[in-house]
Amino acid sequence: MAEHFPILQVVVPLLLAPFCFLVRHGKVAWTLAVFGSLSALFISLNLLATVLASGPLSYAVGGWPPPFGIEYRIDAVNAWVLVLVSTVAAMVAPYAQASVEREVEARRIPLFYAAFLLCLAGLLGIAATGDVFNVFVFLEISSLSAYALISLGQDRRALTAAFRYLVMGSIGATFIVIGIGLLYAMTGTLNMADLAERIPEIADTRTVKVAYGFLAVGFFLKLALFPLHLWLPNAYTFAPSAVTAFLAATATKVAVYMLLRFSLTLFGAAFSFDVMRLDRILLLLAVVAIFSMSLVAIFQVNVKRLLAYSSVAQIGYMILGLSFASVTGLTATLLHLFNHALMKGALFMVLGCVAYRIGSVHIDAMAGLGKRMPLTMAAFVAGGLSLVGVPLTVGFISKWYLILGALEKGWWPVAGIVLVTSVMALVYVWRVVESAYFREFPRGDEKVAEAPFVLLAPTWALIFLNVYFGINAGRTIGAAESAARMLMEAVS
Amino acid sequence: MNLLVDQVVSSYNYWIVIFLMMVGFYILISRGNLIKKLVGLSIFQTSVFMLYISMGRITGGTAPILLDDPGAVYSNPLPHVLILTAIVVGIATTSVGLALVVRIKEAYGTVEEDEIHRIETEKGH
Repeated sequence: MAEHFPILQVVVPLLLAPFCFLVRHGKVAWTLAVFGSLSALFISLNLLATVLASGPLSYAVGGWPPPFGIEYRIDAVNAWVLVLVSTVAAMVAPYAQASVEREVEARRIPLFYAAFLLCLAGLLGIAATGDVFNVFVFLEISSLSAYALISLGQDRRALTAAFRYLVMGSIGATFIVIGIGLLYAMTGTLNMADLAERIPEIADTRTVKVAYGFLAVGFFLKLALFPLHLWLPNAYTFAPSAVTAFLAATATKVAVYMLLRFSLTLFGAAFSFDVMRLDRILLLLAVVAIFSMSLVAIFQVNVKRLLAYSSVAQIGYMILGLSFASVTGLTATLLHLFNHALMKGALFMVLGCVAYRIGSVHIDAMAGLGKRMPLTMAAFVAGGLSLVGVPLTVGFISKWYLILGALEKGWWPVAGIVLVTSVMALVYVWRVVESAYFREFPRGDEKVAEAPFVLLAPTWALIFLNVYFGINAGRTIGAAESAARMLMEAVS
Repeated sequence: MNLLVDQVVSSYNYWIVIFLMMVGFYILISRGNLIKKLVGLSIFQTSVFMLYISMGRITGGTAPILLDDPGAVYSNPLPHVLILTAIVVGIATTSVGLALVVRIKEAYGTVEEDEIHRIETEKGH
């Protein structure tokens, strides 16, 4: 049983999804979704323990040995991504029931869970596979189900947001297939380890460089790197709360992982940074993303949209770390990948609690909620502090490494930008806090109670992880550092 | 000059692919009608199918079905298999897109992007 773990965590949610569709019963479908995500969490924790103890795992799908068959390869990098995705799923799935009942039509609820499980399977598949075409297939599985999930939002603008995401996402995915096809034409293989071996010999050809360009642009679209982020704000704003929490914490992170895997493991750090000058492009885009999107976030009145713009800025931090082209920078990227998922997942879950009680996440509608929903808003404050990067939270750890990486390079202005934008994060978090704690509840004595326990428990669990990994950071830092070293030294 | 013509003719499959790709992309960007956008997207994706399939061909190669003749040259079947998967993905994308268009039509009464935009901005004021 245990030797099949690398494929099982993908197969279990994938097989449960059609059952959700067939039973047509909300509660049963929800149970299946919870079971699917908990089993994925159990398996990915197991895999992580195995990988840390005894090195990378290789699994031949269907018994066909690599490089002929599809290989699933779990190493120190993607084991963490798997744990991250399945942790968020295991938090969001129990949370979803109450939230989704309020926000999605009853007849669509089983379909919701089917799409949720498919999306989970797709994201886990992208992270686990060692075959580049398999990456594309899982990418489309996760993306198509994400479009469906977003379109389930209450507002009709959810439909246009999903359509826009579909168009931009499909362009991104098609660019990725073009890149993969050109690589296959040059090397005759789709296996990642094989490609990593064969690309250096032919790295100086125009085809490989063009393939790199197509792949990079495809990933930029998928991970919503400024200025290719246009699909993100509306998609996050109008999707059901549980969907926003899940996608914001996982989908873009998995896309960042793909970028790291392709540009560092497949093409190698030397080719990416010295020949293609990826670092320069990324530095520019990341700085603009961080600065402009933080600024835009300050002026939002819909808190979900505010956090969506903040997400684009935070993705900028991850990309900034990569643009340092150093082990410290990459450590910051990996740490922030993990940490940002924890904080944004928690914050969007808080907004789900708010929407559950007052039906709106407008900043004015949240006035006075600090007294009415103390636990919910306390969670927002804790998550917000983590987003700003206050010590004792995970946000501090990743920003610390980001600044270390910038100083290592001697890039003082970049370190300054990280600090200034952290203050900007404080401003937009403060606007919400100010509304919730220092304004009067506008609707008199109307009964608005604390969010139910089933919503609060998973939210606080994620907040707890924010603080836990902020104080007890040795383990994540050690893991991120060794993963970063592995990625940077994969070729040289 | 002759060399250039030779190059263009010998790699004509790539020219067709690039032409289709740009046609699809142009439709996708320039049209405001959501259905037409999806048509553009489909053409765009189909051009990639052609890219894969044409590179699987080997001069003088036959269909990759095992023959008794040990000297037989086969075309590479792998790109075909990959594209079979990609076609399924393309169909799924188009159908999800069309399903969204149907619901957009129900919600807004139109499938024109600028009209949807107008309805949204008017509602806001």
